Amino acid sequence: MAQASANDPRAASIAGEREARGQSITRRIGAQNLGLVIALVVIVVLIGSQKGEIFFTSRNLLNIGAAVALIGVVSIAQTMVMLSGGLDVSIASTVGLTSVAVAMSLRDMNNPVIALLVGLLVGSILGFINGALITWGKLNPVIATLGTLSVYRGIGFVITNGQAIGVTNNDFNAIASKVFEIPIPLLILIVMSAIFIVFLRYTDIGRNIYALGGNSVAARLAGINLNRYRLFLYTLSGLIAGVGAIILTARAQSGQPASGSQGLEFQSITAAVLGGTALSGGKGTIVGTLLGVLIIGTLNNGMILVGVQTFWQEVARGLLLVVATLIQIWQMREKA
Amino acid sequence: MLTSPVPLLALKGISKAFPNVRALNDISLEVHSGEVLALLGENGAGKSTLLKILNGDYQADSGEIIFEGKALKFASPNDAHRAGVRVIYQEPEILPAQTVAENLYINELPRRFGRFVDWNKLYQNAEEQLARIGFEREISPRAEAWTLSAAQRQLIEILRAIKSGVKVLALDEPTSSLSDEEATRLFAIIERLKAQGVGLIYVSHRLREILGLADRVAILRDGQHVATKPARDTNETEIMSLMVGRPLSNLFNRKPHAQEAVVLRVRGLTAPRIHDISFEVRRGEVVGFAGLIGAGRTDLARALFGAVPIQSGTIEVDGKLVTIRKPRDAMRAGIGYTPEERKAEALFRVLSVRENASVAMLRELSTLRFVNRRKEHALAENVVRTLNVKTPNIAQEIGKLSGGNQQKVVLGRWLARSPKLLILDEPTRGIDVGAKAEIYQLIDNLAERGYGVIFISSELAEVLGVSDRILVMQAGRIAGELAREDATEEKLLNLAMSDHLTDRATPQLTDGVLF
Repeated sequence: MAQASANDPRAASIAGEREARGQSITRRIGAQNLGLVIALVVIVVLIGSQKGEIFFTSRNLLNIGAAVALIGVVSIAQTMVMLSGGLDVSIASTVGLTSVAVAMSLRDMNNPVIALLVGLLVGSILGFINGALITWGKLNPVIATLGTLSVYRGIGFVITNGQAIGVTNNDFNAIASKVFEIPIPLLILIVMSAIFIVFLRYTDIGRNIYALGGNSVAARLAGINLNRYRLFLYTLSGLIAGVGAIILTARAQSGQPASGSQGLEFQSITAAVLGGTALSGGKGTIVGTLLGVLIIGTLNNGMILVGVQTFWQEVARGLLLVVATLIQIWQMREKA
Repeated sequence: MLTSPVPLLALKGISKAFPNVRALNDISLEVHSGEVLALLGENGAGKSTLLKILNGDYQADSGEIIFEGKALKFASPNDAHRAGVRVIYQEPEILPAQTVAENLYINELPRRFGRFVDWNKLYQNAEEQLARIGFEREISPRAEAWTLSAAQRQLIEILRAIKSGVKVLALDEPTSSLSDEEATRLFAIIERLKAQGVGLIYVSHRLREILGLADRVAILRDGQHVATKPARDTNETEIMSLMVGRPLSNLFNRKPHAQEAVVLRVRGLTAPRIHDISFEVRRGEVVGFAGLIGAGRTDLARALFGAVPIQSGTIEVDGKLVTIRKPRDAMRAGIGYTPEERKAEALFRVLSVRENASVAMLRELSTLRFVNRRKEHALAENVVRTLNVKTPNIAQEIGKLSGGNQQKVVLGRWLARSPKLLILDEPTRGIDVGAKAEIYQLIDNLAERGYGVIFISSELAEVLGVSDRILVMQAGRIAGELAREDATEEKLLNLAMSDHLTDRATPQLTDGVLF
């Protein structure tokens, strides 16, 4: 008996190794991502069976791609903020107000390069304000960005009187055109995804973001400067929102204080949660978020094709966020 | 002993398996009315699983629970509570923003006029309950629970159990967050419960306290019930060897390694809750810090590491004056710190062993901000190998390892930086005997290699056994110093409590001292 029990731990540890090896194989594919791919396939099949003749045209698919680009870019920013344990609810308003600023610069100076710089700069400033409120003002991220959500949107309306500002600069508007049949915004999304996947995975800053979200106290005691990271992340979020604003402005050929960006905060959070980013931080990937974005984009497109009423689309989007969060909670529970 | 021939509670052939793990294998135990049965075993031996079955959190795969002669099924904690069986877990379940009285009467608040809370009656009832165990002066029923000490919170949980007529009370490591003095108060309550005929199950890692408290000692190892012995017929060494399944020659194997050179010199250090602290640590020297909880030991550690602002005083490392404003400054100066609260302050539970080991070295492992993965893997593998971390691989989520192995990774995180001085704050808290022995051994090795070590511990035996020199703190100041040769528990306690000596039977609730 005693002999047998002395052998038990070793047997258990071998079994443990085998289990871990099995885990690492599913991890390489990504159990979570696999689930998302399956969900995406199911959605595509469902829509295809109803409106396949329209859905599967290259024109429609590229439409989805173009629509997804803006959500995708914003979701990358949201994912990084969420990984650090924060949230940027103001991101849609940041896109809106920055879009207005970009359009105004084009109206007054008509220089596409300056317009791009204005977009990146204004976005960064708005993000920096969020960061300052959260790190130095010690505000809760949700409250801080909920406040600026309203402030930025309000300022956008005040400046424009609620009207869109038309953009006639064709060089700038070309950002929304296609090269080799592929929408440029989609290419921007792909390039940015690649950059931030590498950033999060391979740089010490990216790795520290995970640590910060995993346990901020432990991160501080491991020598990570929390204030600097938070300030940086919200500013980065604003900068990326600025890229989103440039895409939006070019596509709409006008500066839009709200239309086209409204609901982006919602969709970006949904995409991140769907993709497995933990609301508490420390866990998640850009790849997961991108799959979440694809699901949202396909659903949005499919609902229009199938003829779901606009109001019901709203209900469906809300349900998606709730279900995605529920799935995440169940997975956490299974683990514990 | 008041034990009657018929046990109050009998567990017969309890088995429980989890996927891949057999947690409990055919466990049979008896608890008699009016006795304390100590339940001992290393982490992972099955104690927690057994308690969870007793509390109705888990259901056994086979075997039965016989309570007062009847076979019972506990499908939920509610069933267990109704029968009169209560398990009090390590972390008391307390609502921090509610008052003591509300916590005591959760879900059974006295009411009047339908659903209106009868506050007067609530406070009066709570006061009576507190008076029953003699704590009406220390704890106000109107105090909000977050203001209570760990010990007092535990007391509230125990009171909750007593109030509902508990017959079997199981305590899971109740003293792990208590100072020795607080523990003494807890033992008095246990004695009282015993006299009232309650059967107690007591889980702890502190063997000495168990031998003083328990009537019988049951030892689990790898899910098996290894032995049950009357407490008076056994000793620490025998219990430890039963727990680890091999003889334990010598737990504290220390040799003097202190060199002449001073690695840390602190002068007149004042920071939140500590005043005018001066001391030195030499190379290869292990300096123990003893004192009651709240005496300022952790505050000192945090100030040295830059986690709290320093108000005045100087710190020299290797003879050079250093300015420490943030943890990174301390790290650059060559200081490493493993905090007291491992889970809350050191672990990234969702991250891997590798990421937990390398987090403090990422900058040094990077070129142009890109982390060198090969070096990082080597670092983590090295930590696992040299510290004997039991993990399937370095990709394992650290939250899934035992407390001892987690602690080794946290230690490895700092050793990887080759610091000059390591501050270890309660490094053996909540970890099993085997891992403790390894950490003591590691401390000796570090000293031999010339590291200076600050060793903070609330376990007297441990401080005395590990340190070359002990500084005793009290109320934020250093109250005295003891050399290893002439340090004894009595001298240490005298220094730690010199203010309270006059009134030792009923210590006062003063700042930091919790009971």
